[in-house]
Amino acid sequence: MIPEIGHLVLYFALALAVVQSVVPLVGAHKNSTEWMVLARPLANWQGVFVALALACLTASFVRNDFSVLYVASNSNSELPMFYRVAAVWGGHEGSMLLWVMMISVWTMAVGRYSQRLPLPFLARILAVMGMISVGFLLFMLLTSNPFDRLLPAAADGRDLNPLLQDPGMIIHPPMLYMGYVGFSVAFAFAVAALLGGNLDAAWARWTRPWTTAAWVFLTFGIGLGSWWAYNELGWGGWWFWDPVENASFMPWLVGTALIHSLAVSEKRGGFKAWTVLLALMAFSLSLLGAFLVRSGVLSSVHAFAVDPSRGMFILVFLVIVIGSSLTLFAWRAPKIGLGQRFGVFSRESLLLVNNMMLAVATAAVLLGTLYPLFLDALGMGKISVGPPYFDAVFALLMAPLVVVMGIGPLTRWKNDNPGALFKRLRSALVVSLLAALAMGAWAGKITLATTGGLWMAFWIVASLTVDLKGRLLPAGGQANQMLNRAKQITLATWGMMAAHLGVAVFSFGVAMVMTFDVERDVKMGVGDSTEISGFTFKMTELKEVQGPNYVAMQGRFEITEQGKPVATVFPQKRIYRVQSNPMTESGVHSNALRDLYVSMGEQLPTGEWIVRVQHKPFIVWIWGGCLMMMAGGVLAMSDRRYRVKQGARATTGSGTEATA
Amino acid sequence: MIRYLIPLAAFLVLAVFLGLGLKLDPREVPSPLIDKPAPAFTAALLSQPEKRVTRDDLLGKTWILNVWASWCAPCRDEHPLWVDYARRSPVPIYGLNYKDKVPAAQTWLKQLGDPYAASLSDPDGRIGIDYGVYGVPETFIIDAKGVVRFKHVGPITPEVLRDKIEPLLKRLQG
Repeated sequence: MIPEIGHLVLYFALALAVVQSVVPLVGAHKNSTEWMVLARPLANWQGVFVALALACLTASFVRNDFSVLYVASNSNSELPMFYRVAAVWGGHEGSMLLWVMMISVWTMAVGRYSQRLPLPFLARILAVMGMISVGFLLFMLLTSNPFDRLLPAAADGRDLNPLLQDPGMIIHPPMLYMGYVGFSVAFAFAVAALLGGNLDAAWARWTRPWTTAAWVFLTFGIGLGSWWAYNELGWGGWWFWDPVENASFMPWLVGTALIHSLAVSEKRGGFKAWTVLLALMAFSLSLLGAFLVRSGVLSSVHAFAVDPSRGMFILVFLVIVIGSSLTLFAWRAPKIGLGQRFGVFSRESLLLVNNMMLAVATAAVLLGTLYPLFLDALGMGKISVGPPYFDAVFALLMAPLVVVMGIGPLTRWKNDNPGALFKRLRSALVVSLLAALAMGAWAGKITLATTGGLWMAFWIVASLTVDLKGRLLPAGGQANQMLNRAKQITLATWGMMAAHLGVAVFSFGVAMVMTFDVERDVKMGVGDSTEISGFTFKMTELKEVQGPNYVAMQGRFEITEQGKPVATVFPQKRIYRVQSNPMTESGVHSNALRDLYVSMGEQLPTGEWIVRVQHKPFIVWIWGGCLMMMAGGVLAMSDRRYRVKQGARATTGSGTEATA
Repeated sequence: MIRYLIPLAAFLVLAVFLGLGLKLDPREVPSPLIDKPAPAFTAALLSQPEKRVTRDDLLGKTWILNVWASWCAPCRDEHPLWVDYARRSPVPIYGLNYKDKVPAAQTWLKQLGDPYAASLSDPDGRIGIDYGVYGVPETFIIDAKGVVRFKHVGPITPEVLRDKIEPLLKRLQG
């Protein structure tokens, strides 16, 4: 009965979504308040029904109802309860349901927190969100129903993919989907504003916190995925330029560009056509990502079960959503004003560089990801594009971005004097270069890539310091006023600084890991030891351990440095009973300066194991940097000017406020 | 204004490629062996273990190499096609019995029919490694000069046989 209820309420949700996407829109056109005010309750009821469906699916998992095909394919009676709940989104159908739930959550949040918006604008936004909901609900009901029955019922389930049986993996997809779907809010704002012709500074101001919120989730989701891959896949890498990683990275890059161009649109009324285009693109790329993951057009480690009818449906949906929004853009954008003029050297021009670099980077990732598909479709052979392409292209594009990241926040809107600015930043430039060289010399290797990467990190920190000093202790200012001045700095500015500092921390981690990590594959039995980077790894025990649904060989490795014990780690090689594929649980000892990483590979016929030991300096800084970027986003969207009632005031903004 | 149509145009081009992509299989990997000399081997015959066949024994004629095993379920699917093909074609098919047990393999051929001019034993999969076998069944076409001209991974279908294998063999024979 429960699955049938779940299936039924999805139809209710679909019906409400259809009404939600039509009635408020017509109401906005006819200027009928009664029709427009329907948008919010419709969205809320739709959310209730989708939540009910999700609860039904969860109940089926909890009750081990293997007469539901999706449960039988993704769960098992031995699966711990914790993972049984997480298995709800462990496969294609359930993750679509989660996706739809998140659209509802965002829609309800917009309805709840945007009541100050003009009613026609809000009605249009909710209608557009409703249309997106219709698309995904239809997709689920027509091609991917999670409630399909399996009759007769399976005796037991095929179990959750062992790769997903990890705490990090449980929250990785929901965070990622919150990010993807979150960009639908910026998308809906953009489409509604194009329809209503109200692309103004107020539109930009209203869009900003939503965009930042989605970006924060996406940053968290991507960072978590990377951290998980590092711990679970067993070869110690943290980013693979896999098509599906790229699919999540492209909306992130465009979202980052959007956050920055929204600043110009809000403060100076500029870049509006471009900002709208970015808002459309961020969500379009999220949809493209869904297509790439779920249609099987690219081979990837993140394969969902492939079904051509699903691919076709998403493609048609993509064409409708993206095609119609870009058509609307082509029709309405020529009427958008240009905003205020700005000089060759101004904050606007530097933000323009930022946007160009991020857009080019997105294009480079898109090209690299789809290039194999293009060639294959043209019958020109099969190739794969790998990390060497992405690493090289990316490093080249990030360098100018980081240069302007240091300069931009110190630059005035409209027009600034490059000479005076150079004077302010001269010391930062020198200090950061020297620090990068010194760091390389200390670690024992000075190369262009390392020095470049380290310089980026130090340059950001140094220029931030100059910026902060200028704000706290301006020329002729008094030291005892510093606290008061600090209080005047807006949360948005603190957020910007935190996020930029996060980029510095991230770059530092990447540069150190890429240059100085040491890895070694060795054959080891109990009693053997190996040494890298001054650490001795000794295998002291090897035993079989039983998990709830797996058996594992667990090694015990004692790590010492010059005879002093440092850590003991317990890497495992697990075999999950039902799906019987081996999984690597690496043993990692982390601190702020380095990770010691042990993973077990294959067992040799002699009984010894191939063991990979690695020393990874500063690798946690990579994820630390992501967390700081997130924290920056949270600070920026908590800025009080998004909460106090503000009309279309301050379209010109004050030149000193820095929230780029 | 034309320039505002650029994003739409770019997207539509992309959509066409994505549509084409739905029909392609990204997992289909071309063999690096194509147009290269077939790797040398010496293998015992499945039927007469004391007799050995080398790659050079087969020079001078075009032949098909079909990798199979009794434990391989998809091999069972494609097998009738080979039995039928062997009846109507003069091109010899050599089986490479991959990581298999001799009695099991012989029973399999007895039950399902033997389309092979001979089956070569590769009990430890060493020949398979040289030929880059990663999924059974796999099919190679090797020409009279001992050069690999074609490779198919997975079971063949009537379409593959009709559209790819037969035309190629006709060209190589003619």
